[in-house]
Amino acid sequence: MASDVKNILIVGVGGQGIILAADVLAQVLVSTEYDVKMAEVHGMSQRGGSVNTMIRFGTKVYSPVIEKGKADYIIAFEQLEALRWSGYLKPGGTLIMNSEKIKPLPVLLGNAEYPADIVERLKQKNIDLIEVEADKLAEEAGSKKAANIVLLGCLAGFLPIGKEVWHSYIERRVPPKTIEINKKAFDIGYGLLVKAAD
Amino acid sequence: MKVLLSGNEAIAHGAHAAGVTIATGYPGTPSTEILETLSRYEEVDASWAPNEKVALEVGIGASLGGARALVTMKHVGLNVAADPLFTLAYTGVNGGIVIISADDPGMHSSQNEQDNRYYAKAAKVPMFEPSDSEEAAFLVDEAFKISENFDIPVIVRTTTRVNHSKSLVDVDIERVVKETGYEKNAKKYVMIPANAKERRRLLESKLDALAEFSEGFSGNRVEWGSRHIGFITSGISYQYVKELYPDASVLKLTMTYPLPRRLISEFIGQVDEAIVVEELDPYLEDQIKAWGLQVTGKQYIPNIGELSPDIIALGLGSKDEEVEPSGEDELPARPPVLCAGCPHRGVFYVLRRLKLIVTGDIGCYTLGVLPPLESMDTCICMGASIGNAMGIQKATGRKDVVAVIGDSTFIHSGITPLIDIVYNQGVSTVIILDNRTTAMTGQQDHPGTGTTLKGAESRELNLEKLVRAIGVESVRVADPYNLKAVKQVIKEEIEKEEPSVIIFRRACLLVEKSNAAPFAVNEKCNGCKVCLKLGCPAISWEDNKAVIEPSQCTGCEVCVQLCKKDAIVKYQ
Repeated sequence: MASDVKNILIVGVGGQGIILAADVLAQVLVSTEYDVKMAEVHGMSQRGGSVNTMIRFGTKVYSPVIEKGKADYIIAFEQLEALRWSGYLKPGGTLIMNSEKIKPLPVLLGNAEYPADIVERLKQKNIDLIEVEADKLAEEAGSKKAANIVLLGCLAGFLPIGKEVWHSYIERRVPPKTIEINKKAFDIGYGLLVKAAD
Repeated sequence: MKVLLSGNEAIAHGAHAAGVTIATGYPGTPSTEILETLSRYEEVDASWAPNEKVALEVGIGASLGGARALVTMKHVGLNVAADPLFTLAYTGVNGGIVIISADDPGMHSSQNEQDNRYYAKAAKVPMFEPSDSEEAAFLVDEAFKISENFDIPVIVRTTTRVNHSKSLVDVDIERVVKETGYEKNAKKYVMIPANAKERRRLLESKLDALAEFSEGFSGNRVEWGSRHIGFITSGISYQYVKELYPDASVLKLTMTYPLPRRLISEFIGQVDEAIVVEELDPYLEDQIKAWGLQVTGKQYIPNIGELSPDIIALGLGSKDEEVEPSGEDELPARPPVLCAGCPHRGVFYVLRRLKLIVTGDIGCYTLGVLPPLESMDTCICMGASIGNAMGIQKATGRKDVVAVIGDSTFIHSGITPLIDIVYNQGVSTVIILDNRTTAMTGQQDHPGTGTTLKGAESRELNLEKLVRAIGVESVRVADPYNLKAVKQVIKEEIEKEEPSVIIFRRACLLVEKSNAAPFAVNEKCNGCKVCLKLGCPAISWEDNKAVIEPSQCTGCEVCVQLCKKDAIVKYQ
C-alpha cells in the first residue's frame, strides 16, 4: 500500500515563533482525524541557532523525522535557512519563504558573507517557490510578531481544511490580546495563495 | 480521547495515571519538560532537586514511605545518580520507583552521547524503551507495576527523538493511587555486607524471573512480513525501520533488559537474515551474538550519532549516497549564540583580554568557548570547572587559573570541589555566573532563586554565606554589566594567595525582561570593530561600520563601555 503521508518542514532561527506556528498546524491536523507526528529540537540550538520542526500526517505515520528529498512543503521563516533546508523538498515541492534575512554570527562579525543569490539559486531548483513578505504583511495585520501566522496562513491555502478550523486553533493558542491580529495575519497569508492562483 | 503529546508530556501523563505522588529530578535536555508537566497536577509533589543523586535518594525515601516515585534526568545525570542506583537494585522498593534516563544521541544539547542501556545491565535493573508518546505513557504506567511486582527499580530509557517528538496519546486513563505506608525492614534496606550478600543472591533470582517476564511481555513482539529479512530493533529506530521497510518482518523489543532470549532466537530462526537496527552502541547485537546467534547490525548502521531514516537506508544500501549539487553545505553556519544583553558576555570578554586559563562548566555560558569570545579552556561535566582549576593550578603552579560556573551548576556539584580547594590549600579563583536561573534548559528555578517548581516561595540559598561557610574568605560580588568592575575584581582576586569566589550577579534576560532603551551607532564610528569582539547578535558589520539593530538591543551598555569614539548612543 502506498503511503498517503504528507510531510511539512518548518525552518528558521530560534526565537521566530516556529514552535507556536507548528503547534497550531499540528492541532488543526489532529482535529481532522489524521495520524500526526511532529519532531522538534529544543535546548542549545534555541539560542539563535538554526531550528526546524517536522510535521508528518496521514493514515498511519511511523517516523517523526522527514527524509531528505521527501518534504511536500517547507515553510522557511528566513532566507538563508530556506536555502539550507531546500534539499529536504521533494521534486516539485512547495517552498513558502519569508523574505526576512537574519544574519548568523559569522556574517555579523564580518567573517562570512550572507549569500546574495538565494532567490536565484532556489529558482534554479525543481521546486515551487512562493516568496512572502511576512514581516511587512504582519505589520499590516497589527504586529510584526504575527509573521509566523501569515506564513501559516499561506500554507493553509494548500491544505483541504476550512479557514474557520484554523481560526479556532489560533484562538486557543495565541495570547488573548493578539487573537484578532493573528486571525487577520492568517487571512492575509491565506489570501496570498488565492491571488497567486488567479 | 487522543491528544498530541510530546514524549515528555506523555511520560508525565503515564506517571500521573500510575498514581505517582512524588516526582523529582534535575533539569537536563531532553528530559526537562517531564517534571514541568507533572508540576501542574496539584496532587503530585513535583520538585527540582539540587542534582540527580539527591533526586534518586529522595525517590528511594518516597518509595520506602509507600509512595510511587518518578525520578527524571538526562543520560549524564544517571552518572551522578549511579551510586544510589546500584544499591537500590539490591534493596528493592516499597512503592514503585521509575527512573527516566533521557539519552541524547547526536548530542543536540549534551557533552557526550553515552548509551545508558548499559546501566540497566550493569546495575541489574529492568529497562524499557518507548518508541513514541503513546508507548511512553503506557510503559511508565506498566513500569510502576513491574517495579512493585518484582520489588526492583525500573529504568525507562528514552532518546531525544522520543522525548521531543509529538504523537497521539489516548489520555482517558484513570489515576489510581495505591499507598502502602512505611514499614521498617533493616534486613532489606540496610546494606551492611551481611544483608547485602543476601540481597545480592535474591537480585539474581529476580533477574531470572524478569527474563521470563520479558519473553511474554506484550511490548516485545514480532510483526511478521517477508521472511527474507528480519529486523530486530527498539526505541525510535523501530519507527524508522517500519517507515523504510513496511513489508519486512520486525521484532520490536520494548523491554530491553533483561532481553527475551527465546523470542529473539526463534525470530532469528525464522528469517533468512536478521539485522539489528539500534542507535549508538551494539548493545542488542553484542548480547545476541554472545548467545551464539547469527545477526548483523553495526557493519551497516553507524554507532556514532543519531540515526534517521536516511542514515539507515544509506547503511543498508537501499538508498544511494546523495549528491548535494547546490553547495548548501558551504552556507554560513548558524551556531547558537549568547542572547543580546546576556549578562555572561562581558565576563567572557574580560577573561579573554586577561589571557587567563579558564576552566568551564555546563550551561549557556559554555557558549563562551565559541568565536569571538573564545575564552574557555575546558568543559567536562557538571561541576568539573572547580576541580579542573585546582588540578591545573597544582600541576603548573600558575595562579591565573579561574573556574567559571553557573549558579545552578554550582549548587548541583560545585560545592564539594570548592571545599577541596579550601581544604587542600588551593588558590584558584572561582567565578559564579549567577543569572538567577537554570537558563539553558529553559529557565527553571533552583535553591538559589528561592522559588520551588510548584511556584512556592521557599528559603533562598545565599551563595555568599555558603562559600564563606566553606572557608573562602575572599568573596566578592559585582555586576557583570560593569566591565571595569569585572576586570578589576578578577585581577585582584587572581593575585591573592588564597582561594576566592567572585559572584557576578544579574538575572537572565529571559527571566527578567529588560526595560532599558536600545542603543544605536552614530557617525563617529571609525570601524575599529572592538564592539564586534563581544559577539552580540544585535551588532553587525555593514559597509565598514558597526550597526546595532534596535529591535534586538536590550540596552545593557556593555558595548558602550568599549567604544573609544563614543559612537554608541541611545537610539532616537
